[in-house]
Amino acid sequence: MTALLPKRSNRSPRRLSPLRRLEPLRLFEALATPHGVDRYLELVNPMLTVRELRAEVTAVHRSTLDSVTLTLRPTRQWRGFKAGQFVNVTVEIDGVRRTRCYSPTCSQYRKDGLIEITIKRHPEGLVSQYLHANAAPGLVVQLSQADGVFHLPALRPERLLLVSGGSGITPVLSMLRTLCDEGYSGEVVFLHYSNGEHDVALLRELRELAAQHGNVRLVLAYTDATDGDLTGFFGPHHLAEVAPWFAESHTYLCGPPALMSSVKAHYAEAGLTDLLHIEEFQPAPIVVDDGEPTGTIAFGDTTAENSGETLLEQAEAAGLTPEYGCRMGICFSCTQVKTSGCTRNIRTGELHSDPDEEIQLCINVPVGDVSIDL
Amino acid sequence: MTNASITLTKDQIDELGRELDAIKLRVINDLGKEDRDYIYNVIKAQRALEVGGRASLYLGFLPPFWLAGTAALSLSKILDNMEIGHNVMHGQYDWMRDPALNSKRFEWDTACPADQWRHSHNYMHHTFTNILDKDRDIGYGILRMDETQRWNPYYLGNPAWAFLLMTFFQYGVALHDLETENVITGKRKLSENKALWDGIWRKIGRQTLKDYVLFPALTGPLFVSTLTANATANLARNLWAFSIIFCGHFPTGVATFTQEETENESRGEWYIRQMMGSANITGGKLFHILSGNLSHQIEHHLFPDIPARRYPQIAPEVKALCEKYGLPYNSGRFSKQIGSTWAKIFRLALPIGSQDRSTKPPAVTVVDKKLRVAA
Ligand SMILES: Cc1cc2nc3c(=O)[nH]c(=O)nc-3n(C[C@H](O)[C@H](O)[C@H](O)COP(=O)(O)OP(=O)(O)OC[C@H]3O[C@@H](n4cnc5c(N)ncnc54)[C@H](O)[C@@H]3O)c2cc1C
Ligand code: FES
Repeated sequence: MTALLPKRSNRSPRRLSPLRRLEPLRLFEALATPHGVDRYLELVNPMLTVRELRAEVTAVHRSTLDSVTLTLRPTRQWRGFKAGQFVNVTVEIDGVRRTRCYSPTCSQYRKDGLIEITIKRHPEGLVSQYLHANAAPGLVVQLSQADGVFHLPALRPERLLLVSGGSGITPVLSMLRTLCDEGYSGEVVFLHYSNGEHDVALLRELRELAAQHGNVRLVLAYTDATDGDLTGFFGPHHLAEVAPWFAESHTYLCGPPALMSSVKAHYAEAGLTDLLHIEEFQPAPIVVDDGEPTGTIAFGDTTAENSGETLLEQAEAAGLTPEYGCRMGICFSCTQVKTSGCTRNIRTGELHSDPDEEIQLCINVPVGDVSIDL
Repeated sequence: MTNASITLTKDQIDELGRELDAIKLRVINDLGKEDRDYIYNVIKAQRALEVGGRASLYLGFLPPFWLAGTAALSLSKILDNMEIGHNVMHGQYDWMRDPALNSKRFEWDTACPADQWRHSHNYMHHTFTNILDKDRDIGYGILRMDETQRWNPYYLGNPAWAFLLMTFFQYGVALHDLETENVITGKRKLSENKALWDGIWRKIGRQTLKDYVLFPALTGPLFVSTLTANATANLARNLWAFSIIFCGHFPTGVATFTQEETENESRGEWYIRQMMGSANITGGKLFHILSGNLSHQIEHHLFPDIPARRYPQIAPEVKALCEKYGLPYNSGRFSKQIGSTWAKIFRLALPIGSQDRSTKPPAVTVVDKKLRVAA
């Protein structure tokens, strides 16, 4: 595999010109029709793909009790990422594919082309629990290309403030590592909130980076311990203490909802919202299903108040004409992608709360706000 | 097959509906890794047979290799169409959220484009199963498969048309959604078929290129030998698929329904129609897999969207429910079911048996609705 070149540029390098692969591939696809070449190759070796992007876990490391760091080797379709962006990782759990976003923690210039993600185990979380307990070298996962606008501007500012809390450390750690690899010479303040020292994922690496780079200042704020650089929850005085210049530079923030909202409120008050860049890890909303129709349903650009009827009926009442057949749940003509929200299957009572999940409109009713990709 | 009249109350029918719903719910809650592993094992077997079969044909000048290659390719196409394609396109594996086995995205190794099949089969046939003038699978628009279809001299050719349909089954299925008979009778406009034709040509083009140009050409001097093998495999699949599918709804004792009978149908009544409109075939495990578990047509029509490997598991319960409510559970050996199907094809070539439905005594009465068993 060609390595990602440690170029001082933001462009993602390409591995191979698509033209050079085209001709034999077209023949193979004509031979494999209607299934596609990958459907044959994956049965021999899932890492042998012509179109699909996958990754193999090559190393597993547990730096704190409730987090796990995976090193992934992507297939050659991987186009690299910009520090701060995320990838979708898909794993199979009891026969069902589950997709979650994870932000690589490594530098975008990592020489061996591998990427690293750190996953915090959530007490009731499906995927994070699964990976924490089961990830082992050799596991192959589905991967998406990197996405997201949470990344540094191509023209690096003179000073940078990176603020994180808990598992939100991942995208900003990638930014820090990338800046170090670039030889960035401006001042970087890395302000991280956690319960205490035992909770800081990748603490050793952070300390090493700060020790090796004079322009990087690591500030650890502990909310449950007094042996940190700062103590207690975020407050304006923390900024005044560690980055009094924050109003003249850019701040990158990722962390738990409480931290995010107090930082956001502070920047909004100071009229600095434009300088604050945030990434939300969007925990799945906890839904209460008491049978009462509530919430707003968005069918693409059309919105309507939830009437409690099936999504198919509500879409039609809103003047739309989605495809349907049997209207009783057997033909799957009405299947559409629910981009967000929770629905209940009226035949089985099953709740569907994952984002980007396919549901049958004719037998699902919304539970709270729901968006359908129509 | 009982001929006695069965009377069920509305409460009994609702209760039957709830009992069947409960079976389905139990299966759905139990779906998991085993079901995924199963379908992937079938896929592995199918792809191995396909690759092995195509490879053997490079030695096709040696008869054992030609035969083995052709047999492997036939089995591959049968597995692809029946246990994999038909079932995946029913949404049986959508719960796995695997794009490779998604009902809306799957394509199968046959002439019929998947999207048209989903319309004509998943929606039309499975919703309006055995309702006269609504379920176009009754005779596929070209055969007389029910007494109530009015006879005309064209039907003298019933056995010949059936034989042709069987031989060219993949193309018959591909043309099914065009509703040619409705275009001829003026019920459907020709222009409605334009987009369908485009899809059919594209799919047939790709299938033909693969089976009748590229693979034969890749075997060089064995072009004709490989082409014949591929054609034979397609034919074998046609004969098999036709036979299994015709055994599903046409053996003696399977009921058909009129539109009036099925108006405002309750869930329980819908279930009853599905059970009385379908017939099972008994056989061993391999036979069931090769039939795509359509040998459990009754269970399939009750629950078209649960993985087919579950049908044999729930069959005893479904049968027990039929006994409890005195409903027929039509099941028989392959030879018996296919024999009675062909007997019907021949019998209905002649005008006999085409009495007006209202003059025929009902075999099964459900409350005040009359559900009859076609002779
Ligand atoms: C852009 C982006 C980047 C991200 N990057 C990272 C990253 O780098 N590292 C990382 O660890 N995470 C990251 N996440 C979060 C990650 O995608 C997952 O949301 C997280 O791992 C939890 O997934 P899960 O399947 O374990 O939890 P889910 O099963 O989806 O549950 C979500 C949350 O709900 C709670 N929950 C679930 N069921 C219940 C219940 N019955 N009662 C009460 N609570 C319940 C869980 O505790 C959990 O907190 C990112 C998210 C986004 C959007
Ligand atoms: S319309 Fe048939 S499943 Fe929804």
